[in-house]
Amino acid sequence: MNTPKAGGAASARPLAERVLAGEQRAVARLISGLEDGDPAAVGEMRSLRGRAGRAHLIGITGPPGSGKSTLTDKLIGVLRARGARVGVLAVDPSSPFTGGAILGDRLRMQGHATDEGVFIRSLASRGRLGGLSRATQAAARVLDAAGYDYVVIETVGVGQSEVDIVKIADTVVLVSVPGLGDDIQVIKAGIMEIGDVFVVNKSDREGSDRVVREIRGMLETAAALKRAALPEPVDTLSGRGAAGLGAAGLGAATGPGLPGAGQGRQAPAPLSGEALSHHLTESANSVKLADDSGLPPVLKTVAETGEGVKELVDAILAHRAGLAASGALEARRLEGIRAEMRALIAFRLLDALEGGAGRAREDALSRAVLGGDADVYGASEELFSSIAKGEAK
Amino acid sequence: MERKIRVLVAKPGLDGHDRGAKVIARALRDDGMEVIYTGLRQTPEQIAQAAVQEDADVVALSILSGAHNHLFPRVIELLKEKGADDVLVIGGGVIPEADYDSLKSKGIAAIFGPGTPTKATIDFIRENLKRK
Repeated sequence: MNTPKAGGAASARPLAERVLAGEQRAVARLISGLEDGDPAAVGEMRSLRGRAGRAHLIGITGPPGSGKSTLTDKLIGVLRARGARVGVLAVDPSSPFTGGAILGDRLRMQGHATDEGVFIRSLASRGRLGGLSRATQAAARVLDAAGYDYVVIETVGVGQSEVDIVKIADTVVLVSVPGLGDDIQVIKAGIMEIGDVFVVNKSDREGSDRVVREIRGMLETAAALKRAALPEPVDTLSGRGAAGLGAAGLGAATGPGLPGAGQGRQAPAPLSGEALSHHLTESANSVKLADDSGLPPVLKTVAETGEGVKELVDAILAHRAGLAASGALEARRLEGIRAEMRALIAFRLLDALEGGAGRAREDALSRAVLGGDADVYGASEELFSSIAKGEAK
Repeated sequence: MERKIRVLVAKPGLDGHDRGAKVIARALRDDGMEVIYTGLRQTPEQIAQAAVQEDADVVALSILSGAHNHLFPRVIELLKEKGADDVLVIGGGVIPEADYDSLKSKGIAAIFGPGTPTKATIDFIRENLKRK
């Protein structure tokens, strides 16, 4: 995307400067501008380059109603008690019909509403699939630059394949709950591959131990398959994970049950999967993992009462410490930037399609396909090249 | 990407009934707005802070407890203090008509009593946004 000239904000001091000073209103306005695709806001991001990267980005994902918001509320509490400043981005879905949204995650976090060390922002997905909104990544960067030590990103309630959080977060917390019954099996194939830390929330309910066992079993199987595959070239199996997901979408993820889970997420670095997972365990053990197996921890929480949340925070911090120590953090973030650039390009194409001329062309071509005068591949090709030409001007 | 209107719907004070607020939230959503729903028993401080962080264009306050003459103007004051006086603030709920003028003079742009068609609220918001 061509970078517009920096500045453009109406106020005397540039927005970016006010963001760097930690001014909440400026942070909020800049995030809105990015969400709206306002060129002035995009320009401000140039002034913020190099000013982000310090914050620990924590992704919280899981099915609707699993307690993500309540858990986030309690995470904020623990992190605040340790003196950290916390930013939160909470994503809820936009209506595919009207574009409107009800953003209700904040409701569960109002206990922190007047704490100046906490910034909570609700984002509507605005047509982006994958569990995030269009500008979530950019908004996280703004909070980072504004001096928040942690940025907690809560995805929309997910089903099986909304795995985009893995491209953004340093640490992905996957929240499950008892009582989903056989559904848990269904979830395992996609979303279960992206967790760095697994949480069984509402663990005071019947069946929580079974869910813990099932997740551990899944992780152990993944690890065993990875070990068995080690003599083979690592990058085709174990080396995949976040890197593979980020670069090529879910299609590049490893096969069912293969090592995409947890440790599999490191980028295809010189280190072998096992060496790195060993390294991770070593660094993490100083803080304490849920077990000493080297597998991602599986923790039980009751978000409502705060039970298990301190342990969860420790596991999250241990995970990040492991990434930093091994050098995998940088690889992960590089992958995140690639994914963000791809998303920006894809949105630009979509916007061109939805603009007046694109829409009209699309309409005409759709009718041609329906009437049997064109085939859908040929029509898509024509539509794509007309957009590409328009873009080239 | 078109600019979205963002509305914070909040219930200040101590009453525990939010059906009206939810109906309005839903109606605004169906009109294509982004509604941040903050729920019951909010203090003016919580509401003002949320309005800033959420970059709300509109704050819609609903109240049934009778404390509107105190709580509504307080929200306006706090928004001003935070430099967010370009936010359109409207009210609804059970508010005696005798109080309308005084509330309006303190910065509440409009009051929508029980039975107001949701379209009236939507039209008012669209026509009276303080920001471009």
